Amino acid sequence: MTIGTPWGRPELYTDYKQDMALLNTRAKTLGVAAILVVAALLPLLVADDLLVILGGGLVLAIGALGLNLVTGYAGQVSLGHAFFVGVGAYTAAVMAGDPDGRYLGLGIDFMPLWLLGAGLIAALFGALVAPLATRLRGLYLAIVTLGLVFIGQYLFFEWNDLSGGPQVGREAAKPELFGIEFTVDNGFKGGWTEEQKLFWLFLAVLVIAAVAARNVARSRIGRAFAAIRDRDVAAGVMGVNLTHYKVIAFTLSSFYAGVAGALMYSASGHFTPESFSLLMSVQFIAIVLIGGVATVSGTIMGALLIALLPRIAGELPAFVPFLSSSASEHPNVFEFEQVMYGVLIVAFLLFEPRGLFGIWHRVRTYWKSFPFSY
Amino acid sequence: MSTAGSIAGSTVLEFEDVHLSFGAVKAVNGVGFTVGADELFAVIGPNGAGKTSIFNVLSGVYRPQQGRVRLHGTSLLGKRPPAIARLGMARTFQNIELFANLTVLDNLMLGRHQHIGYGTFAALAWVGRARNEELRHRRRVEEIVDFLELEQWRKLPVGLLPYGVQKRVELGRALAMEPRLLLLDEPVAGMNLEETEDMARYILDIRDELRIPMIMVEHDMGLVMDIADRILVVDFGTPVATGTPAEVQRDPAVIRAYLGGAAEVAGEQAPA
Repeated sequence: MTIGTPWGRPELYTDYKQDMALLNTRAKTLGVAAILVVAALLPLLVADDLLVILGGGLVLAIGALGLNLVTGYAGQVSLGHAFFVGVGAYTAAVMAGDPDGRYLGLGIDFMPLWLLGAGLIAALFGALVAPLATRLRGLYLAIVTLGLVFIGQYLFFEWNDLSGGPQVGREAAKPELFGIEFTVDNGFKGGWTEEQKLFWLFLAVLVIAAVAARNVARSRIGRAFAAIRDRDVAAGVMGVNLTHYKVIAFTLSSFYAGVAGALMYSASGHFTPESFSLLMSVQFIAIVLIGGVATVSGTIMGALLIALLPRIAGELPAFVPFLSSSASEHPNVFEFEQVMYGVLIVAFLLFEPRGLFGIWHRVRTYWKSFPFSY
Repeated sequence: MSTAGSIAGSTVLEFEDVHLSFGAVKAVNGVGFTVGADELFAVIGPNGAGKTSIFNVLSGVYRPQQGRVRLHGTSLLGKRPPAIARLGMARTFQNIELFANLTVLDNLMLGRHQHIGYGTFAALAWVGRARNEELRHRRRVEEIVDFLELEQWRKLPVGLLPYGVQKRVELGRALAMEPRLLLLDEPVAGMNLEETEDMARYILDIRDELRIPMIMVEHDMGLVMDIADRILVVDFGTPVATGTPAEVQRDPAVIRAYLGGAAEVAGEQAPA
């Protein structure tokens, strides 16, 4: 990577190419490189149980990036994200499933194929739903997309050949690439454990997803999204075809959701149709709100925080004497976790609408101008 | 400035006998005019006269019940705003309609939207075509930044900028579309004297340097009489008079529309 700006003058640009680069200051370049190195080394430093949680956070981040594209960037509120995640999860499970097994399966072991398939089928559903958004706005669109979740639940509950039925479920797609079986534990023979391998896999997919999302956001597509979100009449007069871009937004968003769904149950290896409920949609909305609307880095921070929330709550009884770790006593950590969800959403909306990204932005600005206040 | 009634070159816009009504309200009632190349054409009239409705018909937001509207010979009737934008019509709005969360640069780049051709997959990868096109159009946008002296605000979200600057950014966004006809809806509304004079200078530069024909709706009579080549006066959706500033000021019908008075007082009451 070329670093075009001289030390000490981070905002001196001698051509537009430097100015428009994704990492247009040395601080950003070095910062992102450091984060990537730390993330890549994390599986060697962190215990496997925490790694599972963090890996889950990375997958959530992929899905949340999708929601942020349609809701954060393009301003189309969607409560139906769980449906698209479900479509992705089942597509992957069917494509990679055993053809002679109890449930639908095509026996396609090659991971990129079923990962892409999950994204594409989900994207197809997204494209079919998108025309609704051209007729409805705001709250009305939210209610209609909410309906999707219930249609999805009905479908997944009743179609037993696909899903295994409620409370039974079916096996998830097993990631396997070039002879590396990500879900096989080789820790005891001196190899990598399942948790380590999955974390690296999720990290790789997330990095690709995040860079692509950032690229879309700064392209003419992303500008058109923002134009539709901020002023749709003016967007039309600028020559932005509203219908066209709403369809693109929903399609892209659903593709991300599908990919996230395909990977979401790799670690547990099994999933039931109950997973794709309204609660999951709300979880994604919480990630976007807490992380930062229309930001990529914020989305990733938000997803990690939401993923770590149960663990944080679980550690609390050691510090907070009245909190119990047993579900039969009150107040317990599980109740606390539920409450934290709500409190975080309300607190961020009230005090920092720009989310974790906003907090980071303020810290950065403070140190950039230190010791002056602005 | 061009002289009485002369239309330089060919006709850019033909607006013929347009009728637009909302229920019983006749917003535009048989208005007709033409705009020539390099011409700065002004539409004036009291509040509610139908000036903004004329603009909304032109940019495709409203659909008239009757009439003909042609831009360079192509009929605009029944076309949707993006299609009309592609034909080369750009506009600014009376109440600023900028994308408040985007920077000045991004707002101007949105003006270039229809000139940028790459698709979603190119955008996802951001190599080759997407990057080259973005660079090329950034250079064009920088020419407008230069023209309108917006350098210091380039990277600020427009929502944070002062009103007068926002008006200028909106003009820039319309210019970025490389219009063949530019519609200015009250470009100096709410501006102080200094900002008004700046804007007048930019408008004259657009006509004389960029040679873009314009239609301007404005309430500031001083400005209109100073810079417009020809003026259309409307009242209650009906055309009252068309002509040069001097002709319009002497027209008894115009004075009646504005002052409700008798034609005899024309001599004393004509605006400066």
